[in-house]
Amino acid sequence: MTTSLLPTDAPSVVAPKPKSAGGGLGRYLLIRFLLIFPTIFILVTLVFLLMRTIGDPITAAQGGRLTADQLAERIHAAGYDRPVLVQYFEYLGQVFTGNFGNTISDNRPVTEVLVTYGGATLELAFYALIVAFIVGIPLGMLAAYFRDRFPDAVLRIFAILCYATPVFFAGLLLKLIFSVWLQWLPVAGRASTRTELNMQSLPNKTGIYLIDAISLGSPAAIGDVLAHAVLPGIALGLLTAGVFLRLVRTNVIGTLGTDYVDAARSRGVSEFRLVRKHAYKPALIPIITVIGLQIALLLGGAVLTETTFEWKGLGFQLAAYLGARDFVAVQGIVALLAVFVAVTNFVVDVIAALIDPRVRY
Amino acid sequence: MSADTAPLSSLPPVKGNFLGRLPVLKQLRQSVGLQRGMLVTGLVITALFLLVALFAPVIAPYGFAQLRDDSGAFGAQQPPSAQHIMGTTVGGYDVFSRVIWGAQTAVMVIVFAVVFSIIAGILLGLVSGYLGGWLDRVLVVIGDAIYAFPSLLLAIVLSIVISGGQSNLWGGIIAAALSITVVFIPQYYRVIRAETIRIKAEPYVESAKMLGASTSRIMFRHVLRNATRTLPIIFTLNSSEAILTLAGLGFLGFGIEPTAAAEWGYDLNKALSDVTSGIWWTALFPGLAIVLSVLGITLVGESLNDLADPRLRGRKRVKVKSGAVSETSVDRTLPSDEDILEENA
Repeated sequence: MTTSLLPTDAPSVVAPKPKSAGGGLGRYLLIRFLLIFPTIFILVTLVFLLMRTIGDPITAAQGGRLTADQLAERIHAAGYDRPVLVQYFEYLGQVFTGNFGNTISDNRPVTEVLVTYGGATLELAFYALIVAFIVGIPLGMLAAYFRDRFPDAVLRIFAILCYATPVFFAGLLLKLIFSVWLQWLPVAGRASTRTELNMQSLPNKTGIYLIDAISLGSPAAIGDVLAHAVLPGIALGLLTAGVFLRLVRTNVIGTLGTDYVDAARSRGVSEFRLVRKHAYKPALIPIITVIGLQIALLLGGAVLTETTFEWKGLGFQLAAYLGARDFVAVQGIVALLAVFVAVTNFVVDVIAALIDPRVRY
Repeated sequence: MSADTAPLSSLPPVKGNFLGRLPVLKQLRQSVGLQRGMLVTGLVITALFLLVALFAPVIAPYGFAQLRDDSGAFGAQQPPSAQHIMGTTVGGYDVFSRVIWGAQTAVMVIVFAVVFSIIAGILLGLVSGYLGGWLDRVLVVIGDAIYAFPSLLLAIVLSIVISGGQSNLWGGIIAAALSITVVFIPQYYRVIRAETIRIKAEPYVESAKMLGASTSRIMFRHVLRNATRTLPIIFTLNSSEAILTLAGLGFLGFGIEPTAAAEWGYDLNKALSDVTSGIWWTALFPGLAIVLSVLGITLVGESLNDLADPRLRGRKRVKVKSGAVSETSVDRTLPSDEDILEENA
C-alpha cells in the first residue's frame, strides 16, 4: 500500500501542520506559551462543570448536620443558588486573579492550603525523581548493552514490576520490611516530633523540610528528615524509574544503530564504551520530554504515597478533604494542580527546545 | 507506535493460515527467544487471572462479604491457618476469598472501561482525523489537556460526580469504569486520529471517493479497518492501567463497599494500619494479586509493542536457523521504502 506512494506525494501525505512554516525558537516559545491558557481553561472548566453536576458543595459537605433552613441560608450566602453560568463566569474571574475559593470544612483559602502543603509534595517529588534517575538511567543503559540477553530480560521484568506495583503497595511492603521488622527507618511522617518542633522556631520556614533542617544547622535534624524521606522516595521513585529504564533502553538501542555509532564501532571502540560515551547522550533527550508527562504521574502517585506514609502534603490533604466531602477544596486543589501541570509542561518543552533544535518545528 | 515505523509495518502481513493472522497468535509466531518467553509468561498469567475471575464462585471457599460459617465467626486479623489460608482481615473477612472475588471485580471494570473508551475514542478520532477543520483543532487541544493531567485526580473527580464516592456493586463498577474511560479516551483518540490522517491520503481512499462512496462509508469501511493496527497494544496497556486506577480509587476510599464486592485497593487501604502492627497477610495478598494481574497483562502488551516495532523486535540468530528469517521480521523480498525512494529519484 505505502510502497506505491510516489515520493512527490509525500509532503501532502503528512498531517496538515498549521504552524510548520518557518519560525524559529522565539516563535515556537510564543506559541507554546499561548497554549498554556487553553489547557488551563479547559481543565478548570471541565472540573467546574463536573463538580456542579452533583449539586451544590454545601449540601454535600454539611447535608446531614444542618436543618433545611440553615442549609438554604448558607447556600444563598455562598451564591450557589444562582444560575450555573453566572457562577461559572464568576469562578473564571476568580481563578484568573488567583483566587481558588475557600474550603468548606475548615474555611481556609485554597491557595493557602497549597502554599502550606505544596512544599511537602514538591520535596517528595524531588526525592522520587532522584531515585528514578539513579535507578532508571544506569539500568536502562545496562539493559541496552545486554540487549536480548539474560540481564536484559531481568531488567525489563524489573521495569514492568516497577510499573505493575501500585505505589501504595510498594510503600506498605517497604514499611513492613524496613520499619516494622528491621526497624531501620521510621514508619511514617516527614520528621520526628522533636525536629518538627525545632523547625517551628525558624524565622523563615520554607515548608520544605530538607531546606529547613539545613538552615537549622543541626546534623541530627538533617539525618532525621532524610531518614523519613527514604521509604516514600523509593516507593514513588521506583514507579518513574521503571519508565526511565524502558525509555533509556529503547533509545540507546535506537542510537546504537545510527551511522555515527557504526563509524565509532568500526574504529574499534568497545561496545561498552559505545553505550556509555556515544549512544546514551542523544538518548537522554526524550527523557526530558517524558519528565513533563511524569510530573502528572508523580502528582497522582504522590496522593497515594502521601496517604500511605502520612506525609502531610497536598495529596494527603486532598485525600482528607475527599473524606470530609469538601468538594470546594477538592475543586480548588485540582484546578491549581492543573495550572501547575500546564506550567511545568511548558517549562519542560522550553528546555527540550533549547537542547534539541529538532523540537522547534 | 511512532509514526516513522508506519510504512514498514503496513507492508502486506506475513502469509499464513487464518489462525496465524489473529492479533496475538501472529505475534506469538513472530517472536523468538526471550521475547517469546515474556509473551508466553504474560499470556499464561493473564489467562490465569481471567480464569480465576470467571470461576471465582467455585474457587473461593467463602463469599466476599461472609463473616461467619457453621463453626462461628471468623474473627478479625487471624493469621493464616488451615481454615483461612491467607488469614482474615480487620473487618473479619477471609483474605483468600476476597482476593479471588477481587479478580472478578477487576475484570468487570476493565471490560466496561475499555469498551467505553474504545468506542468513544475511535469515533472521535475518526471524525476528527477524517473531517479535520476547527472540530479537529478543538478536540486535539482538549485531548492534550486531559492527557497531560494526573489521571488519578481526574478519576477521583469523576467518581465523586458519578457515584458520590461510595456505591453498590454495579454503581461502583460503572462509576470506576467511566472514571477510567475519560482518562483513556484521549489515548485512543490520538492514535486513531493519527492513523486516520495517514490513511486518508492513501490512493485507495482517493479511489473510493472517485467512485462516489459516501463519507461515512469511507470512514468506517476503508479508514477504520486499516486504522486499528495498534489497538491491541493500547488495549492491553490500558487494561493494566485500569486495574491500577481502580485500586488507587479504592485505596483512597472511592471503591466499592466491601459488602457489595471485593476490591483489592479497598482491602489495602484497610490493611494500612495492620502493617504498622506487623500484620502482613492482609496487605501482602491483595497487593500481590494486583501486581500479578498487571504484570501479566503488561507483559503481553509490551511484547506486542516490541514486536510491532522493527527496531526493538528480537531477531533469530541467522546461524541457528537461516531459513526462517522471513517469518520473524518484515518480508525482505519486498523492496524497502528506501529502495523505492532511490528508484524514483
